Amino acid sequence: MADQPQKVAARPLSPFVTIYKWPITMATSITHRMTGVALAGGTLLLAWWLIAAASGPETYDYFRGVVASPLGQVVLFGFVWSLAYHLVNGMRHLAWDFGYGFAVPRANLTGILVAVISVVLAVGAFVLAYLGKGGYYQ
Amino acid sequence: MSLETPLHKAQGLGSAHSGVGHFKQQRVTAIALVPLSIWFGISALGLVGANEVSALIFLSNPLNALLMGAFVLIALYHMALGLQEVIVDYVSQEGPKLILVLLNRGFALAVGAACVFALLRIAL
Repeated sequence: MADQPQKVAARPLSPFVTIYKWPITMATSITHRMTGVALAGGTLLLAWWLIAAASGPETYDYFRGVVASPLGQVVLFGFVWSLAYHLVNGMRHLAWDFGYGFAVPRANLTGILVAVISVVLAVGAFVLAYLGKGGYYQ
Repeated sequence: MSLETPLHKAQGLGSAHSGVGHFKQQRVTAIALVPLSIWFGISALGLVGANEVSALIFLSNPLNALLMGAFVLIALYHMALGLQEVIVDYVSQEGPKLILVLLNRGFALAVGAACVFALLRIAL
């Protein structure tokens, strides 16, 4: 057996994710799962915010400082984009659950729309915040 | 001869309708989270740069406290359902699978309890 490795290699192989040229629907599907897992980590940020608010001014200011730091802003952007993507693509999934948008061209179109809208929402929120248009509940 | 009913034989052996319950709960929580997430996003942007006093004024408003509590709890329930799906997809060994599913539920309960405690302390 060991002296015939080329025969084994010549067999047809079952395709795996690393073999496919990724269709849009496949990429949007795995991104939905990845943003979901990322948001599970994001719940710790949300919990930290609420606990900091309940713990007094010093704790809250420390939380604000961490989130405002460069690394904090990167993590926050990841959280905001993940939430935007999971929300918009989740609505796409709900439309499918009700039987709409299954045709391949339509599913591809809505997949691209979801990607664009999620980036617009996340970048838009950060642009508004950096332009001082946020903070209207102060 | 067995005295077990066909239903009892099928329960716990795969297709015993518990998967349908999981599927439905995932969708019902998703529908609830659409308006709640939009409210959360608008609220979070409104609190950018806010100090502790402004955050407390916002969160001690009864409507905001109620919506934040609903958002946190429904999101964590949706998260527990989704993460369980990921776990059972990728972990095939029964032992590690059970441990991860239980840890997942414990994580959701712990984060939920901490958030509710913080919200009650602020709002009451």
